[in-house]
Amino acid sequence: MSANRISPNGPPKVGVYICHCGINIAGKVNIAETVEFAGKLPFVTVAREYKFMCSDPGQDLIQQDIRDGKVNRVVVASCSPLMHEGTFRRAMSKADGNPFLFQMANIREHVSWVTSAKEPATVKAKALIAAAVRRVTLHQPLERKSVPVKPDVLIVGGGISGIQAALTLADSGKKVFLVEREPTIGGHMAKFDKTFPTLDCAACILTPKMSSVRAHPNITLWTYSEVIGVEGYVGNFKVKVKRKPRYVIEELCVGCLECIEACIYKKGRVDDEFNVGLSKRKPIYIPFPQATPLVAIIDKESCLEFKHNRCKKFCVDSCERKAIDLNQKEEIKEIDVGAIILATGFKTFDAKRISRYGYRKYPNVYSSLEIERMVNASGPTGGEVKLKDGNAPKAVGIVHCVGSRDNKTNRYCSRVCCMYSLKLAHLIKERTGAEVYNFYIDMRTPGKGYEEFYERLLEENVHFIRGRVAEVTDWAMTPQEEGRLIIRAEDTLVGTVRRIPVDMVVLSVGLEAQPDADDVRRLFNISCSAEGWFLERHPKLAPVSTFTEGVFLAGACQGPKDIPDCVAQAGAAAAEAMALIDRGHVELEPNTAFIVEELCSGCKTCIAMCPYSAISFVTEKKTAAINGALCKGCGTCVAACPSGALQQNLFTDEQIFDEIKGVLTYV
Amino acid sequence: MTYLYFPGCSLKSTGRAYEESVLEVSRALSMPLTELEDWNCCGATAYMSISELKAFALSARNFALAERQAGNGEVDMVVPCAACYLGLNKAKRYLNEHPEIRSKVDEALHAAGLEYKGSIRLRHPLDVFVNDIGLKNIAELAVKPLEGMRVACYYGCQILRPYADFDDAHEPTTMEKLMQALGAETVDWPLKTRCCGGSLIGTVPEVGLRLSYILLKEAKRRGADVLATACPLCQFNLECYQDKMKDMFGENIGLPVVYFTQLMGKAFGLPDNRLGLQRVFVPLVSPKRAKAEVGGVHVSE
Repeated sequence: MSANRISPNGPPKVGVYICHCGINIAGKVNIAETVEFAGKLPFVTVAREYKFMCSDPGQDLIQQDIRDGKVNRVVVASCSPLMHEGTFRRAMSKADGNPFLFQMANIREHVSWVTSAKEPATVKAKALIAAAVRRVTLHQPLERKSVPVKPDVLIVGGGISGIQAALTLADSGKKVFLVEREPTIGGHMAKFDKTFPTLDCAACILTPKMSSVRAHPNITLWTYSEVIGVEGYVGNFKVKVKRKPRYVIEELCVGCLECIEACIYKKGRVDDEFNVGLSKRKPIYIPFPQATPLVAIIDKESCLEFKHNRCKKFCVDSCERKAIDLNQKEEIKEIDVGAIILATGFKTFDAKRISRYGYRKYPNVYSSLEIERMVNASGPTGGEVKLKDGNAPKAVGIVHCVGSRDNKTNRYCSRVCCMYSLKLAHLIKERTGAEVYNFYIDMRTPGKGYEEFYERLLEENVHFIRGRVAEVTDWAMTPQEEGRLIIRAEDTLVGTVRRIPVDMVVLSVGLEAQPDADDVRRLFNISCSAEGWFLERHPKLAPVSTFTEGVFLAGACQGPKDIPDCVAQAGAAAAEAMALIDRGHVELEPNTAFIVEELCSGCKTCIAMCPYSAISFVTEKKTAAINGALCKGCGTCVAACPSGALQQNLFTDEQIFDEIKGVLTYV
Repeated sequence: MTYLYFPGCSLKSTGRAYEESVLEVSRALSMPLTELEDWNCCGATAYMSISELKAFALSARNFALAERQAGNGEVDMVVPCAACYLGLNKAKRYLNEHPEIRSKVDEALHAAGLEYKGSIRLRHPLDVFVNDIGLKNIAELAVKPLEGMRVACYYGCQILRPYADFDDAHEPTTMEKLMQALGAETVDWPLKTRCCGGSLIGTVPEVGLRLSYILLKEAKRRGADVLATACPLCQFNLECYQDKMKDMFGENIGLPVVYFTQLMGKAFGLPDNRLGLQRVFVPLVSPKRAKAEVGGVHVSE
């Protein structure tokens, strides 16, 4: 027997508890046979089964055995530790057991859910239990450290989700840093004219929130800024924010537009991002009249002075407040926050990827975002829906599911397109009186008042044709089709191919993850789904948490969602952040690295490897030393140490090798 | 790099002119094509619809022969026939992705003393000419540029669908670029990957002929002087049935339908009889002739 198998609470007495998980596990693993097997393993004093180990009666079984002195170490064979390791550790603590004399064998995700036949499933379950039993006998009792939580919160992204979360937190008295990479907050919602299904004016409900953000004493708003570094851990994040130079001093500018008027370019010459390219802007500009902050910005790429260094700089002279500073440099801010909320949003699908819909080939084929701008009273056409030749369309086709529910692009449903297509159909009909045809696969209108809105559109005589559109073409087959765009689709209700001639086509583009979602994910150490959406900790029960403690999600960065859902989720994320901060402290997992000083040669390899700067060099002793409060237990140094001097709690070589032996001996 | 030429049955029969022009043009481009020795049926439509496994085995035998003939180097099998190109491509992908099919096919090859290593690359000559040889080199050879000729480039349904290996599946532009490099004008038309009617011309002619007629009609309405194809079946359907279309739709289309390689050869100054141009039913008129009449009647889908 290894000396390590004797701990302060005596030689190991292992209790093995096997969970049926209803039929999730019991349907594949022969439980009776597995219990009998576990009971005969060395050190095992108790082997039991129960229908749901995570339930109170299940936990009672463990607690009773500990209190009766039958058991001082516990193996639960059930689901993933991600699901219930915390549950069982807490149960052990309540019975005065050390929660780290515990090991889980995952016989659900790793066995029953992925094995087709009963016999091999049972074999694998036994092997994993044997491994866990061997491992747990080598566990040491450990203590968690309690660390105070920093009271401030960082929110990344200033769309409706970030705004909502920031205001909720700030109103509760928390200090919030809101970082937005664009020159203004507002996100996609600021571009919309109306919102479904109530047809509220988007600006009317959003801009008051935007100005509240700007005015709120508890919110520090940094637009045109990006997070470039995140260190630390839950409750204690150190964040670096790059404030890009806008060449206009934010504190001095009052948004009077004089500089824009004075610019040497008399007309706009760069695609206006806010109007998605439907209009032009000057190199010095304010994105839109309600931009927050209402501060001008100079786009270095198109400004004559930056490009050729010989502009007359009328803008500088025109500003009475001397707010323009062409020598402005980028600034790096460092902040300490206890929690982070990511609300980085989405991008719309690029309709060019489906060439047969003719986007950018036929001038009157638009993306839905372009139409959002066109129907907006403050948009490039002043709210008029018109064709490139200036005439109003007599017939408009709206193509649903462009870049959604499609094996070739995105398989998922983007959730918002049916509803916004209905909204656009209504607005187009209202503005032009045109015949509007919706081409849909299924109408998906679940939501409060959504189905009613659909019915309203049916009554407004908007046409609905069920069938995915095959192509948009200018190939005319009849004189009536000549010079128009023809939408070809199989009408699956009638069972025939239809050709609908229209003047304008609206492609209802789906929602996609931001193109740099993967970089952001790395920066904040969270996970992405295959499609690039940030992964929540649990799809149902922890929808705003991530696998990194203290980092929360809000809005469409987690998956396509509409405004009501974004706002609800933002509130939830704010509440989670508040709960963490108001708790005041966090308990750190004790799976940190420790150093066996006698073995350390002082080579310093580990110091450079540590991503948390937790290792320092003690000159007097010529050895490395680990700051337990900073160590996150990532194990990088342990793997790198050439002399084996670095070890990690709960992951010692001995524990891991014995776990492997447990599997191999059995198999 | 070795280019091995896989003719398939069509290029030895109805599509003779395609073979003649592909070989002539390749020679002119200093990339002479060596024919795959002892090749067999690609496994296309007929086999595929009865027994996929046999179709895959037929394809795989060609792959194994090509690898053997090429020695150890990389081998590009050049496949002008659109149906062969698709059939072989499908087989190659299935053999790669489905080990259970691969093992059966391997067994069959083994029985014949053959082995397929999986190194083969399938190339359409359009892809090879434009992407390997390059438009610049091609343009330099165009001693008799196709000035004034308006070409409707027609890709058919097979060379880019479902495997869009060298261009967009619905809006390809490779052939347009090639024709422009040769001095021709290209017609902007949206039907360039639409079905020509395929085998329906033989089985359900009233449907097949209409599909062909739609293509010719639209090409002509958009001002094309000639329609260029990359597929022997498309060429056959679109050219040889124009008299039947006349009976059916009451209009003599009279639009020449040639292989894109014949137009290349023409621009290179090669004589018609070496490009198979003496075999056409609707003669290719000199590029300088008067423009085609634009307009005409509509036809229902």
